[in-house]
Amino acid sequence: MENRIQQLFAQKPKGLLSVYFTAGFPSLEDTVPIILELEKNGVDLIEIGMPFSDPLADGPTIQQSSEVAIRNSMTIPKLFEQLKDIRQHTQIPLVLMGYLNPVMQYGVERFLQKASELGIDGLILPDLPLSDYVREYKALFEQNGLSNIFLVTPQTPEQRIREIDTHTNGFIYMVSSASVTGSTTEQSVSNTAYFERVNGMGLRNPGIIGFGIHNSETFTQACNHASGAIIGSAFIKALAKEGNLTENISTFIQSIRQNEIV
Amino acid sequence: MNYQVDDNGFYGRFGGAYVPEMLYPNVEELRQNYLTIMAEPDFQEELQALLKDYVGRPTPLYFAKRLSEKYNTNIYLKREDLNHTGAHKINNTIGQILLAKRLGKTRIIAETGAGQHGVATATVCALMNLECIVYMGEVDVERQAPNVARMKMLGATVVPATSGSKTLKDATNEAIRDWINNPEDTYYIIGSVVGPHPYPDMVARFQAVISEEMKSQLLEKTGSENPDYIVACVGGGSNAAGAFYHYLDTPEVKLVAAEAAGLGIDSGESAATSVLGKEGIIHGSRTLLMQTEDGQVTEPYSISAGLDYPGVGPLHAHLHQSGRAIFESITDEEALQAVLELTRLEGIIPALETAHALAAIGRLGAKPDEVVVINLSGRGDKDLATYLDRFNFDGK
Repeated sequence: MENRIQQLFAQKPKGLLSVYFTAGFPSLEDTVPIILELEKNGVDLIEIGMPFSDPLADGPTIQQSSEVAIRNSMTIPKLFEQLKDIRQHTQIPLVLMGYLNPVMQYGVERFLQKASELGIDGLILPDLPLSDYVREYKALFEQNGLSNIFLVTPQTPEQRIREIDTHTNGFIYMVSSASVTGSTTEQSVSNTAYFERVNGMGLRNPGIIGFGIHNSETFTQACNHASGAIIGSAFIKALAKEGNLTENISTFIQSIRQNEIV
Repeated sequence: MNYQVDDNGFYGRFGGAYVPEMLYPNVEELRQNYLTIMAEPDFQEELQALLKDYVGRPTPLYFAKRLSEKYNTNIYLKREDLNHTGAHKINNTIGQILLAKRLGKTRIIAETGAGQHGVATATVCALMNLECIVYMGEVDVERQAPNVARMKMLGATVVPATSGSKTLKDATNEAIRDWINNPEDTYYIIGSVVGPHPYPDMVARFQAVISEEMKSQLLEKTGSENPDYIVACVGGGSNAAGAFYHYLDTPEVKLVAAEAAGLGIDSGESAATSVLGKEGIIHGSRTLLMQTEDGQVTEPYSISAGLDYPGVGPLHAHLHQSGRAIFESITDEEALQAVLELTRLEGIIPALETAHALAAIGRLGAKPDEVVVINLSGRGDKDLATYLDRFNFDGK
C-alpha cells in the first residue's frame, strides 16, 4: 500500500514545496497550528523536527530553535501527544526528522509503531547509517508503512546513491552543496552538474533538494533540477519574527511561491 | 574477549560511525587509508624520527620512591608530562598530521577543551606549515587564556564555539560542522579516542607508544614486562587507551580508569560517565553518554577541563561493560590533594587531569611486592592559576 508521500509524488511530480520546522518552537504548543497553517497555504509536505541538544548537521538557526524547543520542554512523548488527533484534521504527508539518540532512548521499535499509529509517513534520521538501517531497522520501517528518507550530497559516490535508492521508498533528499543547514552564502542553487548527474541515473525514487533554499529564486532554481525543494532555516527565521504565527506563515509561503505560474 | 576494533568499527556493542551523509565520504576516505598509510615504511620512519627528536621520546619510566613508601608498594610514573607541549596529546597530533599530509589535505581543524590538544595541533601545524583552525568553547577560551595565547602565537586561528553549553562538546560539534562545510581540503584531527570509526582506533594506535615503551622499561627495571596495575585518567580516554593498549589481552595486568566525579557522583555536578552514563550516540559514536531520559546530552562538570566530557571513548565503554577495566570516580577535592601530594613528595607538579589517576592509588589495595604504573599524562603549568586559587601557600 502506498503511503501519503508516495501518493503525493505520483500526483504532483514537479514543484513540490516541503517545509521543515522544529517542534516546540517558538512555543511548546505551536506544533499543530503550524502544520495546519502550512497546509492551508499550499505546502505539499511537512518535516517536523524533533529537537536534539547536539545537532551536528545543522547551522545556527536550527540549533537555536532546538535549544528553545528543549527549554520549552519538547520531548518525543510530548510531540506524540500533540499529534494524537492530527489525522482527523489533515492528510498532508508528515515526516519526522531528528537525530538518532533521542529515538534510541525512546526505543526505536516503539517509536516506529507509535509514529505509524499517529499517521506519520516517513522519517529522516541523518545520523542513522545506511548499513545499520538495512541490518537492524528496514523490516520494522516497512512493517509500519514508514518511508526512511536518506540524504545524498555532491560528494556521495554513484554506487552509494544507487544503494540508497534501493533501500528507500519515499524520496531522496539531495543536499544542495557541502554545508550544514541554513547556509545562504550561495545566492543561487548552482551545483547543476551534480543535480543532473543524479537525475541522469534513472533512480526509482524522486529527488527533493534541500539545504540553502531560502527564497523564491533558490526555490525555483531547485525545482528546475528536482521534484521540489525543502525550506527549513529560512522558515524558522520567519516564525521567529514579531507578529502572529498565522500571518508570518502565510507571508513567508507566499513570498516563496511568488514566481510560480499558477 | 576481544578488545580490538572489529571490521565494522565496533568494540563489542560500542563504536561505529553514526555520521550524517555529509561526513560519510570524509570518514570513509580515512577508514580506507589509515592502516595502509600507517604501515608504510617512510611514514613510520618519519613518525619515529619526530617522536624521538621533536617530541622527546621515549619518555622516562620513573620509580617514585617517596610516593611508593607512602603507599607501601612500588609506584612507577610514565612521564608523558615531559613530552614537548607538556602532555601525551602530541603523540597523536604528530601521527595524524603526517597522515593528513599523505592524504593531500591543506587545512587542519581541531577541537579543544583545556587547550592541550589545541596547542599540540597548533604546534604540529606550525612544524608542517599547514593552516590551523581550533574550535574551543567560549567558556573555555575565557578560563584557559594561556593556552589560547600559545595557540595564537603558534599561528592558529582560535574560533570560540558559542553554541550549546559553550564547552568541549560544543567545540567538537563546531569542528564537525566545519568539516561538513569543507569536505575536500580539510583534515579533522580529533584529540581523543572518540568520534566515528576509525578515529578511536587510529588515536589509540598513535597513543599506544606509551604502553609499548612501558613494556621494555618495566622489563629492564623490574624483570617483568607486566606490572600489577596500570592507572590512567579518562575523559575521552586517549592517554588511558595508550597506556592500556599493549596490555589489553594480558588479564593479569589490572587496568584502572580514573574518572572525574566533580563535586560527587550524586551532586549533579559530575563527569563520571561510567556511573552516570547510558548507552547513546555522541559525535558519531555509540558509547556511554550522560544524557536526560529524553536523550538530550547533559553538561558534565569537573574542575579539570580535560575530563569535562559527557561521553567516553567506545573502547573504554567496552572495557567497562566487559569488566576488563576497573573504573574509579575521583572528586575535585581528592584530585587537588593528589596534586599537592605528588608535588611535595616527588617534586613534580601534575596536571589536574592526571591528578585523578594519582588519587586512585590509595584505592588499589596494592601490596608491598606489587608494581603500579601511573600514566603521568600531563604537567600542571596550565593549572597554576587554579592551584594558586585553591591552595593557601602563605607562610609555607
